[in-house]
Amino acid sequence: MPVNTDAVGKRFPPLTYAVGREKVREFAHAVGETEPLYLDVEAARAAGFADVVAPPMFAVVYAMPALAPAMVDPEVGIDFARLVHGGQDFAWNGLVVAGDEITTTATLVEVSERAGNGFFTFETRSVNQDGAEVCVGRWMNVVRGQ
Amino acid sequence: MEIPELKVTPDRYLTVRYAGASGDFNPIHIDEEFAQSVGLPGKILHGLWMMAQCARAQTEAAGDPAALRRLQVTFRGMGVPEAELTVTSTVRDEADGVATVDVVVEQNGRAIIRNAEAEVAVPED
Repeated sequence: MPVNTDAVGKRFPPLTYAVGREKVREFAHAVGETEPLYLDVEAARAAGFADVVAPPMFAVVYAMPALAPAMVDPEVGIDFARLVHGGQDFAWNGLVVAGDEITTTATLVEVSERAGNGFFTFETRSVNQDGAEVCVGRWMNVVRGQ
Repeated sequence: MEIPELKVTPDRYLTVRYAGASGDFNPIHIDEEFAQSVGLPGKILHGLWMMAQCARAQTEAAGDPAALRRLQVTFRGMGVPEAELTVTSTVRDEADGVATVDVVVEQNGRAIIRNAEAEVAVPED
């Protein structure tokens, strides 16, 4: 499938996600976590945190709202019916805690075509309310050829 | 450091709970009929849920959520509910207090995540 590389480098508007205690607990339960820091406010406070700690993979939750508009951007041109999640890379720096406000910016960093398939890679950079970068994600999407 | 094997069996409705928790409501994960209509065997697991099992194996072994510095995965196959997943983690290298870990996820005798790599801060004794 032919791909359009014109949009490579396009940066999408930043979006801020407010991390809520019950959302963290809901996510932790859904991925099978039993770590008290994620689930028990008292345990988190006893360990010196202001509230429950988000599991690292909670990055999916706070970064996705900024990424979603990029995925459906007509300039990028992803055919959702043929979309497959090819791979994922997260690098973390520090923990996210309920009450944090995480601002994520998504950028289209690579578009290519190999063996008839289209490859679209986005990068997300997530920064907390103090300006510290807490997570960088790379989202590799494959659009299968006909 | 050593990272124990992690075994987990997603129940029949896990994908619905993870869809709600993550916000990913792609019908291939939650609607049996839709999944079959696009040529899948049935509802398939979210790749990012499987990745979360890789992450959990590392943070549980380290005893510290902050120990996981990086995790990269390539999705190679489909995971399905109601069958056990095994996450195997092998430390390949340890330098400057950080272990580089090869991670594989298998289900029904097939690797559904391969070539995954984690960087984990080694706990201080």
